[in-house]
Amino acid sequence: MSEADESAGEPSIPIEDTDEMSTVPLEVENLRKTFGGITAVDDVSFEVEKGSLTGLIGPNGAGKSTTFNLITGMHDPDSGTVRFNGEEITGLAPHEIANRGLARTFQIARELEEMTVLENMMLAPKGQIGETLWRSVTPGVRSDVQRQETQHLERVWEVLDFFEIDHLAEEYAGNLSGGQRKLLEMARALLTDPDMLLLDEPFAGVNPSLEKRLLEHVHELREQGYTFLIVEHDMDLIMENCERVIVMHQGRVLKDGTPAEVKQSEEVIEAYLGGEV
Amino acid sequence: MGVSETYARGRRLAGEQPFAIVVGLVAVWLVWFLVEGLVTGRIRVSNVLSYAWDGLLRGLIVGLAGIGLSMTYSILNFANFSHGDYITSGAFSGWAVTYLLAGLGEANIGSLLLVGAGGSVFGGALGIGITTSPLAVVVGMLIAGAASIGLALFIDRFVYKPIRDESGIALLITSVGVAFALRYIIVFVFGTDVRGTTSAGEVPRVSFYLIDGSFRINAHDITLLVVAVGLMLGVHLLLQTTKLGKAMRAMSDNEDLARITGIPTEQVIRATWIVGGGLTGIAGYMFVLWKGTLGFNDGWLLLLLVFAAVILGGIGSIYGAIAGGIVIGLTASMSVIWIPSEFGRAAAFFVMIVILLFKPQGIFSGRTTA
Amino acid sequence: MTETTLYDRFERVIDTDPKLVVAVLAVIYLAYIASGVAFGYSLRGQLNSLANLTFYIGVFGMLALALNLHWGYTGLFNIGIVGFMGIGVYVTAILAKPPVAQGGAAQVGGFGLPLGIAVIGGVFMAAFFGLLVGLPALRLRADYLAIVTIAFSEIVRFTMMSRTFQEFTVPDTVLGYDLAADTVGLGGGGGLILNYASPLEALLHALYLWEPYLGFVSFVQANLIANNPRPVVDGVVYGLLLLAVCGLYYWLLTWTGESPFGRVLKAIREDEDVANALGKDTNRFKLKSFVLGCALMGFGGILWYAGRGSITPPSFRPNITFFVWIALIIGGAGSNTGSFLGGAVFAALLYEGPRYIKNLIEVAFNLGDGPGNFGQAMAALGSLDPVPFVLYTLNSISELRLVIMGVVLIWLMHNRPEGMLGHRKETAASIDLSRPGGAKSDAAAADGGDQQ
Ligand SMILES: Nc1ncnc2c1ncn2[C@@H]1O[C@H](COP(=O)(O)OP(=O)(O)OP(=O)(O)O)[C@@H](O)[C@H]1O
Ligand SMILES: [Mg+2]
Repeated sequence: MSEADESAGEPSIPIEDTDEMSTVPLEVENLRKTFGGITAVDDVSFEVEKGSLTGLIGPNGAGKSTTFNLITGMHDPDSGTVRFNGEEITGLAPHEIANRGLARTFQIARELEEMTVLENMMLAPKGQIGETLWRSVTPGVRSDVQRQETQHLERVWEVLDFFEIDHLAEEYAGNLSGGQRKLLEMARALLTDPDMLLLDEPFAGVNPSLEKRLLEHVHELREQGYTFLIVEHDMDLIMENCERVIVMHQGRVLKDGTPAEVKQSEEVIEAYLGGEV
Repeated sequence: MGVSETYARGRRLAGEQPFAIVVGLVAVWLVWFLVEGLVTGRIRVSNVLSYAWDGLLRGLIVGLAGIGLSMTYSILNFANFSHGDYITSGAFSGWAVTYLLAGLGEANIGSLLLVGAGGSVFGGALGIGITTSPLAVVVGMLIAGAASIGLALFIDRFVYKPIRDESGIALLITSVGVAFALRYIIVFVFGTDVRGTTSAGEVPRVSFYLIDGSFRINAHDITLLVVAVGLMLGVHLLLQTTKLGKAMRAMSDNEDLARITGIPTEQVIRATWIVGGGLTGIAGYMFVLWKGTLGFNDGWLLLLLVFAAVILGGIGSIYGAIAGGIVIGLTASMSVIWIPSEFGRAAAFFVMIVILLFKPQGIFSGRTTA
Repeated sequence: MTETTLYDRFERVIDTDPKLVVAVLAVIYLAYIASGVAFGYSLRGQLNSLANLTFYIGVFGMLALALNLHWGYTGLFNIGIVGFMGIGVYVTAILAKPPVAQGGAAQVGGFGLPLGIAVIGGVFMAAFFGLLVGLPALRLRADYLAIVTIAFSEIVRFTMMSRTFQEFTVPDTVLGYDLAADTVGLGGGGGLILNYASPLEALLHALYLWEPYLGFVSFVQANLIANNPRPVVDGVVYGLLLLAVCGLYYWLLTWTGESPFGRVLKAIREDEDVANALGKDTNRFKLKSFVLGCALMGFGGILWYAGRGSITPPSFRPNITFFVWIALIIGGAGSNTGSFLGGAVFAALLYEGPRYIKNLIEVAFNLGDGPGNFGQAMAALGSLDPVPFVLYTLNSISELRLVIMGVVLIWLMHNRPEGMLGHRKETAASIDLSRPGGAKSDAAAADGGDQQ
């Protein structure tokens, strides 16, 4: 069980070193999922490189969220494989995948309403010894739990500062605004010490200035070594910020390339102009 | 498909697979035990038939009461734990009237209206039965239905309607409060004693000799069969042919959508209570006519079987509730072939638990929603 | 700023809650003492009445706390409480009852083990059945879990009543051990006679306090109650013991809740998928919470029934489950202080209270005997004589009590679903979560505002 990192005063979130620094942390192969008659994800394959910021775009119902759900174990794929850091994770339970360093946020922010922002955040760190019941209720041992909580707490406040939501710390998460919830979700996901983050429309409902700040955060984090896969509907945002873009349409990968390549692709233009949007 | 599917499923189902195998083995054992018993004569064919007949009738009652529960469960989206006490309330109201009609002049009106509380009048002494006092029985049955409808509407207006938008769990907890309040009001008025209601000796019956023993059917069996099947057909026609039926089906599928498309939801809810409440009250009345005793716990004791039926049939499905009721009735009655009779009801609960665990959408789901 | 925050917290957790508990208990006890005075109770009568009250405050407090772990913290809708209580006390009885040779002819015997071991066995079995039910059922929706648990508790009751399990013959030796028992069983509809030393006596013996206790009893006899003081003193001491156990439950569950473990439970209650996505193996957490709660319910059942002369299946009808739920909802699910207070208020007002009010009215107005049934009461009412109706109502108070409880539950769900203490912010962490060092000041602004 890893102890929480003790970092210096300034607000930055250090990433844990992984031994086998795979350059392709996420590989998705021939993923497929049907719901009743609908094929939501149809033979999808792609890779995401380490330290990259990759965009995943597509019209409504293209299968982006479902792809996320398949990668993170919320749904079992009908077929296909997902590999993370070189290890096959297909069909693992969501918590097993999360514990391997693959964190996600939800399209509709799912904060824990009747818990304060602080409680939400304190939930995230991995390897909490106090999550074992007997440790938390045994006199003497409980002080170890408290010591570790104190360490986590320091980090929690750093991250709150980093996301500039520290003034909301004691607020119930259910009382936050839509944008604040998105921030909280991202902050919470970061606290799990992931190698990679899957963000499902992190900027939806977020006002432009906040969006700008969030993007700055994302770039900052990326420079620190985190890998991002982001679903987003705002084309300009994706084209400006991502080095690679994957376009999905009707459950399939339509195009996978640099923003420039994607922009010029006839299929993409057709899908977007001839399709639902 | 193929390998990775098996892999993915295998991982998650690893814990369940042994259960499925156990269930399969148990089924094989049950069949073997029955066949072997019949062949060696340890189990009598006539007895098996009697159990099945008993189970079918019990199942019809459960199914009849289950229709209302299933409809409210899907349309109002909560498990109504007071449903059992609607059954009891219907039974007591109906039987009070039956006693009154059958015993007018023979005993004082108070004792009759209290269904002979404290042993003041006995149903047997009044000669109550479908052949001996048909009018009293028919009117009592109708009153039972009407009283349950009134009760259901009254409670909905003052208890459930004000918290219509709360979660299903809040409504469930509230319904537990309703259940206890109703049950003990009944105790307050009618007392705790279980009374005999019919003159068992006077009910006409026919006896068949069947291979290795006799098999009896009495007039109340037939009455129950006719009433239950008739009402079930009526509900079927109501739902299939009327506008109201369509609206109900739409609402049980998706309430929000129904509201948007202009279906007057409160009106549909009222109709649901009327149909469900009426069937429930009549089910309670027929239950008492059929078994010949009446007590304040009758509905509660039936409630879990009704839940079992509704879950088995798939919540929201009326045909499911009927079929589920029959399966549950047969389970409760026929299980005595294999296990001690005290566990008949336990066996039905056990079937329900297994269904909840492995097929919570019910075994008849995916066909019709009505 | 942080100092005030810290002080607030200190006051809230260390100071206010105990004050609140003491205040509520004081009001309850004063009311009961006052009604005792009104009845003209002797000291013995007063003590008996208070001991009885304390007993119910204790058991309902305990059970509401245990249920709070399931429902308030984890969101597990358990309405099979009485089943786990029954398992606890039946197993305890079977293990502790003397072998049949010593117990009289008609009764089944037991294993004759020391009561302490028997209690551990009972709690263990309650936990084990919790595991058995929880393992498959905890992934179900809340309403399905409710149906499964209540069906389970009814199956437990049918089993207690059944002739099949009424009596077994125990082999003379099992794996080489010579067991004392000859026949054991659940006793069927007749239940079990609990012919072993009383739990209080066993406990005092174990603590080497038996002799001092007897000394205390003779002191009471010499100075306060001359005639047979043992039952009174026993009752009072047992009541206090139950309150002490409530304290233990409170402490255990508060530490459980205010810890990373409790935080995960809370997250599961709010949104299980999120907890999962954050790497928590939610099934394990739910199972642990469920099993612990079931064990505590089993122990509650033991403390309630194991000291009686006998236990019979009708005691284990779902009514008790319903009582515990009302207690929890009165107090407010999610709060341990609220749960205990809910148990106390329920016991004093709804469970025991109506009987006292009945007695008070009977003492105040000498009304004579009531009518035998509702009809006679109504007949008199028809001829404008309300007395028989009032008397009938008073005599039916034990049934009407349940009507009142039902109505109270409905009222609470309409008007105050969060319980009498209102919404409480009980932070799920083992430490104070305010900013270490208190560098920034704007954190405290949001802090003070929304607490009740
Ligand atoms: N749990 C589910 N059950 C049934 N169908 C589903 C489920 N989840 C997704 N679908 C269907 O799968 C298809 C893909 O949905 P998905 O949510 O993945 O799209 P998306 O690309 O994220 O769209 P959006 O941009 O609107 O979020 C849709 O047709 C949707 O209706
Ligand atoms: Mg989506």
